[in-house]
Amino acid sequence: MSLRIIVAVKHVPDATGDRRFAEDGTTDRASVDGLLSELDEYAVEQALRIAEAHGDAQVTALTIGPDAAMDALRKALSMGADDAVHVSDESIHGTDAIGTSLILARAVERTGFDLVVCGMASTDGAMGVIPALLAERLGVPQLTMLSEVTVDGDTVRGRRDSDAATEQLESRLPAVVSVTDQSGEVRYPNFKGILAAKKKPVAGLGLHELGIEAEAVGLEGAWSAVNQIVARPPRVAGTIVRDEGDGGGKLAAFLAAQKFI
Amino acid sequence: MSDILVLADHRDGAARKPALELLTLARRIGTPAAVLLGAGDAAGSIAARLGEYGAAKVYRGEADEFEDYLVVPKVDALEQIARQIAPAAILLTSSAEGKEIAARLALRLGSGIVTDATDLETGDGGPVAAQPAFAAAFTVRSTVKRGIPVITVKPNAVAPEPEPAAGELTDVSISLSAAATGTRVTARTPRRASSRPELTEATAVVSGGRGVGSAEAFTVIEELADALGAAVGASRAAVDAGWYPHTHQVGQTGKTVSPQLYIASGISGAIQHRAGMQTSKTIVAVNKDPEAPIFDLADFGVVGDLFEVLPQLTTAIRASRN
Repeated sequence: MSLRIIVAVKHVPDATGDRRFAEDGTTDRASVDGLLSELDEYAVEQALRIAEAHGDAQVTALTIGPDAAMDALRKALSMGADDAVHVSDESIHGTDAIGTSLILARAVERTGFDLVVCGMASTDGAMGVIPALLAERLGVPQLTMLSEVTVDGDTVRGRRDSDAATEQLESRLPAVVSVTDQSGEVRYPNFKGILAAKKKPVAGLGLHELGIEAEAVGLEGAWSAVNQIVARPPRVAGTIVRDEGDGGGKLAAFLAAQKFI
Repeated sequence: MSDILVLADHRDGAARKPALELLTLARRIGTPAAVLLGAGDAAGSIAARLGEYGAAKVYRGEADEFEDYLVVPKVDALEQIARQIAPAAILLTSSAEGKEIAARLALRLGSGIVTDATDLETGDGGPVAAQPAFAAAFTVRSTVKRGIPVITVKPNAVAPEPEPAAGELTDVSISLSAAATGTRVTARTPRRASSRPELTEATAVVSGGRGVGSAEAFTVIEELADALGAAVGASRAAVDAGWYPHTHQVGQTGKTVSPQLYIASGISGAIQHRAGMQTSKTIVAVNKDPEAPIFDLADFGVVGDLFEVLPQLTTAIRASRN
């Protein structure tokens, strides 16, 4: 039985760029170049490793986003994903995490899945809630924040490192997993992969095909709202001294003056 | 006054500091009621502590499933209690587990969710949460538009302030959903208990980066941390090199911290790291390279060899204690 893996990816503004908000309080996706979110690269990598270990699996990359988001799918395809699904609709602009999970869940169900693989969080919103929301909506187990993941028959196992403990997790498929940046080195797409990506099928879907009303998503449909955005003043460098055998002593004096010691 | 439900984290028989911070914040917007899950024999003493910090009531739930299955049993318990008491808001800690519980709870209740709040105030439309965005380049203020606001709060958002309340312990009989047993925890290895504070909760953090050079050399960081009663952090470079565990990683793909004092040693200060610490109240940098971007952030910086500077500082601190 073919193992159907969907890897959910996000196209995000480059974190090294000057990220900002648009007039309507949403993330400005135009002024900074976008790319496949770094943490989602780990999800693609693990999806591919699971597929390779299984021997008879299909990896579909899924994203929600405007035209530019195709770039994230292209990267996933050139790494080795077999095909892709691009959900795009004007009405999606400004959708919150709750709404995003609805769109993803419908797209995942429509595509058919045994396993959904996600990154641990996006690098722009950085909420880290989509995998849990997705599991809740799909009615399947979540194995999240994994540094190791394997699929064995219809069982998925993973290792989750939290502050208190390291836990071994196990559930039956179908399931939603998320993987951390500790889960294994990400492969670079090679030239052959980049060329092959151009021929791989990409299905386009709008809200209508997913049976979602425009009012249920977007800025108006969101269950939370941004009231105010204030740019923090950048930090200004304070006193910098050169160590001339007394650097530690000067630092101690500074800390004492600040009442830290 | 309206009830604010607070999920109180606990470990090893004691309430964790973030729980006390949540109670302190909850008092700004209503009357706190704590939810205490799986505390076992320690429930009484933890409830007393939660009462010291303002919990009028402590709803206690016990089930083996809290330990044996991931996240969902706690969601079930919180949902049950929330439907029972209809609070004005629900606060949880922004830990990995806290956010997952919060998200699933919010969805079940038909509520909006706001995560990683660093401040909370009352507002006309409900509690207003302040959140950092884009590596703290912006502060965003958000509210929940629908349902009972579910808000996760970052550790160290506020200093816990005692305000004694009844802390009245009430047992709740938990009924679990079919989904509760979806993900089994087949093994658990607790981390070696450390006398050092937990990274995201500590008031001071001493971090080491590429400049430290090896796992063994991290002792120079640890000794300074211990002299200050601080937590130890590590840059991504140091963690990737295997010199310190990932649970101590500060940065975009690690933890975000906001302590009173952050000392960055042998860390260049690239955006990856800055994203995790730049809202710290006071930042100190020690680096051989005068051009290191970390110095742009530092309130005080020393250009020099951390293996000279840090031990000298550690000695000075110990001397001032005697």
